[in-house]
Amino acid sequence: MANVVLEVNELTTKYVTRFGEDVYAVDHVSLKLEEGKSLGIAGESGCGKSTLALSLMGYYFPPLHYTSGDIIIDGTNISKMSPDNVRKSILGTEIAYIPQAAMNALNPTQRIINFIEDVFEAHDPYKTKKEIYEIARQAFEFLGLPAEVLKKYPVELSGGMKQRTVIAISVLLSPKVLIADEPSSALDVTSQKMVIKMLRNLMDNGFIKSMIFITHELPLLYNVTDDIMVMYAGQIVELGTAQQTVFDPLHPYAKGLMGSIIVPEEGLRDVKLTAIPGVPPNLKKPPAGCRFAARCKYALPQCKAMPVDLRPGSNGRFYRCIFSEEELREAYKHGE
Amino acid sequence: MKHTIQQIFRSTNFVIGFVIFMAILLTVIIYPIIVSDPPLGIIGQGTFFPPGTYVSMYDSVGATAYTLNLRNAASNRIASRLDNQKRSDMQTWLVANGVPESEIDITDTEKLLAQWEANYDPQKKIPGMTFAKQRAYQRLDASLQGLLSKEPIIVAGQNPETGTLEQTGAINQTDYVNINHVANVQVLPLGTDNFGRNVLTELVTATRVSLQIGFVAGLVATLIGLSLGLLGGYVGGLVDDSIMFITNIFTVIPSFVLLILISFSIGQDQRGAFTIAMVIGFTSWVWTARAVRSQVISLRNRDHVNLSKLSGHSITHIIVRDILPYIASYVVMALILQISSAILVEAGLSILGLGPRTTEVPTLGLMMNWAMIYQAHLLGKWWAYFPVILTIALISFSLNLMNTGLDQVFNPALRD
Amino acid sequence: MANDRTLYLSASGLTKVFGLGRHKTVAVNHIDLELYKGEVVSIVGESGSGKTTLAKILLGLISPTEGEIYFEGKKRDISSHKKKKEYWKNIQAIFQDPFSSYNIFNKIDSVLLDCIKMRGGGNLSKDEKTKLMAEACSFVNLKFEELTNKYPFELSGGQQQRLMIARIFLLKPKILLADEPTSMIDACSRATILDELMKLRDEIGMTVIFITHDIGLAYYVSDKVYIMERGRFVESGPPDDVILRPKEAYTQRLINDVPKIYEEWDLSTV
Repeated sequence: MANVVLEVNELTTKYVTRFGEDVYAVDHVSLKLEEGKSLGIAGESGCGKSTLALSLMGYYFPPLHYTSGDIIIDGTNISKMSPDNVRKSILGTEIAYIPQAAMNALNPTQRIINFIEDVFEAHDPYKTKKEIYEIARQAFEFLGLPAEVLKKYPVELSGGMKQRTVIAISVLLSPKVLIADEPSSALDVTSQKMVIKMLRNLMDNGFIKSMIFITHELPLLYNVTDDIMVMYAGQIVELGTAQQTVFDPLHPYAKGLMGSIIVPEEGLRDVKLTAIPGVPPNLKKPPAGCRFAARCKYALPQCKAMPVDLRPGSNGRFYRCIFSEEELREAYKHGE
Repeated sequence: MKHTIQQIFRSTNFVIGFVIFMAILLTVIIYPIIVSDPPLGIIGQGTFFPPGTYVSMYDSVGATAYTLNLRNAASNRIASRLDNQKRSDMQTWLVANGVPESEIDITDTEKLLAQWEANYDPQKKIPGMTFAKQRAYQRLDASLQGLLSKEPIIVAGQNPETGTLEQTGAINQTDYVNINHVANVQVLPLGTDNFGRNVLTELVTATRVSLQIGFVAGLVATLIGLSLGLLGGYVGGLVDDSIMFITNIFTVIPSFVLLILISFSIGQDQRGAFTIAMVIGFTSWVWTARAVRSQVISLRNRDHVNLSKLSGHSITHIIVRDILPYIASYVVMALILQISSAILVEAGLSILGLGPRTTEVPTLGLMMNWAMIYQAHLLGKWWAYFPVILTIALISFSLNLMNTGLDQVFNPALRD
Repeated sequence: MANDRTLYLSASGLTKVFGLGRHKTVAVNHIDLELYKGEVVSIVGESGSGKTTLAKILLGLISPTEGEIYFEGKKRDISSHKKKKEYWKNIQAIFQDPFSSYNIFNKIDSVLLDCIKMRGGGNLSKDEKTKLMAEACSFVNLKFEELTNKYPFELSGGQQQRLMIARIFLLKPKILLADEPTSMIDACSRATILDELMKLRDEIGMTVIFITHDIGLAYYVSDKVYIMERGRFVESGPPDDVILRPKEAYTQRLINDVPKIYEEWDLSTV
């Protein structure tokens, strides 16, 4: 069995609002990330995917609080570590996190190379400036970025270039896992493609051992990650390979999601898009039963009564529904 | 709207500032109702009476006397006439006169007085003592006469027939009057100023006038700034250019100099409180206009403004309904700051003597002016200027606190 | 979808230049376009292509430096405010960011009432107005009883965009210009909005102009596609032609850069 780089067991984290209410944005999420594999997380806004990314780093700060569960990176359980400890020993070196619009993190008054020197100063202070420059130059060139970028100021670079620079910087310390939260959503299509290419490159060439890619754009996920996990209202509702999840979705929400993909490909004009009516539940008072039941057209009374567990399907898949795989596929065939 | 007000009152800064300001405002409103004396009425003949309770001596004499035997009466009497400084002066003289220091105990009044009586010679000149000092000792000696006596004070009146003075009564050391039976008692918590006016009454009226001036000036400045900023920012083009031209002129000329010049040229007669307020308002609108204009420029390209245009709304409708509410919070804060600054400007003008006329109503600045001219600070008459400073500071402080509180509400990024 | 070949809007030689001298930028460069009744047209361009400027010119919010616009055969005259009001009875817009499209001080009720008033319904009784508003809301699958007395920002982004569609339902313009209506909405909610827009088009025979950078959207929904680059139309035609068999290099690059799922997505071209 391949080496498990990241293992998460029943992770639960919550936000505490100004009025003291608890919102469990991540509810008992478990996943296993193997070396050489990448995982995509899809879902609408508010489903908890960005919170999950933050929680995976173990770097909590109010109003986000850790509640329970384990996060194990290469054998080390980091869930009980203090934020300071996490910052020193985990961030950047074990797990690298690229938040949305990360390019705004570049200090406009510093050259890129100075920024990189700061990064090394925080984690590996014994390297000289020459060594740092050499490491950065090699990494950048390998990843398809010209070395001149190092000497430039962020304002001289385009959006796509900045984003790729930030991604390249985040892997300089050789982290094991890279978590990218919507790395390309603010970019034009060409820059987006370059970012995707770079991420694939990082994986294929072993620069990083594994990757978690978060987005709501499904065509991107399909082209980047090996597995796809669909989240809804803080819970995992489906987990499987990219091929399985996109072309043979099981959970009704995942089915609706895949049915709303628009790609400029032959034959797409005649396909009717599926729209999912309604809105996600309020996580301050989550529903007792299945959280998707209110919007699900196959819902039965017992769906709303009892909570539903994630159950294993065929070929190593998981989904959270009381119906069996065959029943679901049958229903989809007869549905619109 | 209601939710916003609730949020405002939850901010501690705002609440503290509001409470202080309301306290000042209530005092200003309620005090004149209770105390109806004219603020500039001169009640003291003489300058800078210290704060305290003033009891009419004439009325005390005639009032009913009660005999009280208080334990500390004698020593209090002596202590007020013979304080520690005087005692150590006496000790110095005695030592210089040859009395050994170990024998002198300044806490034992009788023994000290006895030694003094035995040794003091007004003619004797101690080497190193100035003439002034010698005179001082003579005064000291005179004041000690009858210190320990227990004789009553004789009250004499003129015999209507013979014209000679006859004793009509005596005031014993144990006679006390109940202050409530004395006809005339005046409490002057802040004493009088150089003219002899009750400082407290004057202060309350001055606060009211200054607040009025500040409010009017602030309102005028904000209204001018708001209108010019809205017009220039939204309409743009030539209108904006002309407004910016005027604004730049007013920026370049220091407003205080402008104020002084205008004030001076109006002349003493025309300078009422209201006129001064208008003058201040007309010279301090510049930064409000600039700030409003830049906000409006960023707002006019927003989607909701474009959609409003597409709905066929007129320019007035768009400015009033789509732009103004978005800058309202900013304008309220600007107004508060303008009021605060106008009060300070008026104080500054008045100190220079260019404020409102001095004969009608006092203002905080005028009170400062008088204190300065009549050298209250040099004479140590703190009550003539310190309460005024404190009031100005409190008004400014409370207004700025309210402003900070509002800022926290309207700009969520500043909340803790 | 049979197109009634009434020419609604046409433009020739539209140009917009900003700035002078060294800082001169030509945002829109001699654009010609023809819009027929009932058509759905997409103008596809990346950021900086000038598509938003073009949209504002067509809407009458900016005046072009050169060029003519004809509406229903006659030259468009929007010289006075009154004439602009007349024009805007026929053309309306939906913008990209639902959160900034609404005046945050107005409740949903007044937003909808404003539309009713613009259509001349100011004198209707309160009940009739409420009925109209409820009808508009149910058209976009929102319940008016749940929305009344609330502010638009209390809804989600997707719901606010649908409320925009409800507005258009009440305004019934002949042409709707949708500027990136779904780019700030989650992929899962986009289908709902597109669905409702198309339903509206069928209901009132509206012509729709989509301005977008999403070529997949353009492919799915349009009868005609214009590709815009740096102020010019580089290619135009039916979507199957332009997108599946692009002739211009720019168009080809644009299509290659979009992720595919049914076909192989070639990453080497970038």
